[in-house]
Amino acid sequence: MHIDNFASGDSLLHRLDPRLKIVIAVLFSVIVAVADKSLCLATAVCFSLALLLIARLSLREVFLRLLVVNAFILFLWLFLPFTYGGEKLFSIGPLDATRDGIIYALQITVKSNTIVVALIALLATTPIITLGHALSHLYVPSKLIHLLFFTVRYLQVLHLEYDRLRAAMKIRAFRPGTNLHTYRSLSYLIGMLLIKSFDRADRIRKAMLCRGFHGEFYLLSHFKLQKIDVVMLLIMMLVVGGMASLQWIILK
Amino acid sequence: MHISEGVLSPPVLVAGAALTAAGVAMGLKKMDNESIPRVAVLTAAFFVASLIRVPLGPSAVHLVLNGLLGIVLGWAAFPAILVGLALQALLFQFGGLTTLGVNTFIMAGPAILCYYLFGRSLTSKHPGLVTAMAFSSGFLAILLSSLLLALCLIFTGESFLQAAKVLVLAHLPVMFLEGLIVAFCLAFLMKVKPELLGVTHAAG
Repeated sequence: MHIDNFASGDSLLHRLDPRLKIVIAVLFSVIVAVADKSLCLATAVCFSLALLLIARLSLREVFLRLLVVNAFILFLWLFLPFTYGGEKLFSIGPLDATRDGIIYALQITVKSNTIVVALIALLATTPIITLGHALSHLYVPSKLIHLLFFTVRYLQVLHLEYDRLRAAMKIRAFRPGTNLHTYRSLSYLIGMLLIKSFDRADRIRKAMLCRGFHGEFYLLSHFKLQKIDVVMLLIMMLVVGGMASLQWIILK
Repeated sequence: MHISEGVLSPPVLVAGAALTAAGVAMGLKKMDNESIPRVAVLTAAFFVASLIRVPLGPSAVHLVLNGLLGIVLGWAAFPAILVGLALQALLFQFGGLTTLGVNTFIMAGPAILCYYLFGRSLTSKHPGLVTAMAFSSGFLAILLSSLLLALCLIFTGESFLQAAKVLVLAHLPVMFLEGLIVAFCLAFLMKVKPELLGVTHAAG
């Protein structure tokens, strides 16, 4: 399992204060998710593409991610053009595709991809643990942050555990198929995974209690706003503010 | 079972976020500091389990296992699923920020229901009853999740009705599969490690 695929890099966005990136990502996602004016969405597309370029990520990797994201959107394309109603554009058999339906589906596709590209450029460029620190500075409940830290920490450990169990099954000539034997074996695999993690959790709890853990992580690294952070924040706030005003004030 | 960003209407997004916030608050309240590692490790385990591809006819599906998660974690299922989905959003860009609330509730709501319906009665001496309940928790969790998903789409716009119907129907085989997997899995856990299910004495 690969964690933090896009986090290694040295672009401007990689170095930006993660607190800012989270704030901008949230504002941007919310505005785009709610917006329906094309000028606002066009600005959003340009903004997210600009972010992607600034982040200097492998475009191929990003494109591959987007393919997966678009599975659900593709599914919606099978229906929306034909069920939205409005002026008929063309028909396939008994189904009439409407102009409005296609525009609506197109809008959803653009919105979805724009948000994801911005999220990759803004958030995936920071290691998850650092994001956790930033979130705790942004007043997210500490229990939730601890849960996130521990989960990230054990995700890779348990994935290795899973690989080991899976290898043991393979050595014993297990070949998955659509049959009861497969389902039973995989269920036991999941059960075993849960048991191993339960035991591991107990050892972790004891080890942490021995070391005096009482529900507090002391953050050693604190974020400090640099000049470039403030400049970038102003620019990004200007764009996001511009999008919001395009959506709700200018084009009302 | 994720709704992508940019699909749902604002009222649906807000409602989902509010319900999830309430559920997570409740979950965090019930979770003391000592149990954080336990919940986290199990969250990670469920995350890994959801990556397993289970063959189903010509294709393969990923398990959701929210019924089992509800039974094992109780109210901690809300923060656990929230963290799991946040990680999926950050690691694979599945789902996203604005849909985090809706997607969490779609999975965690049924998980909590399974916890209350089946979680406490697993101690029953009757093995047939236990199996039936285990199957139902897997089946029901997916059924309810797919219905919630469909409702979110329908509340967004009438034009989603057809897509929503097909989504629920497409999940039918997954419901049976999850029922089967949870039934086997719970039977295994009852035999090997009943403490994990909060059962103090082994039943059977």
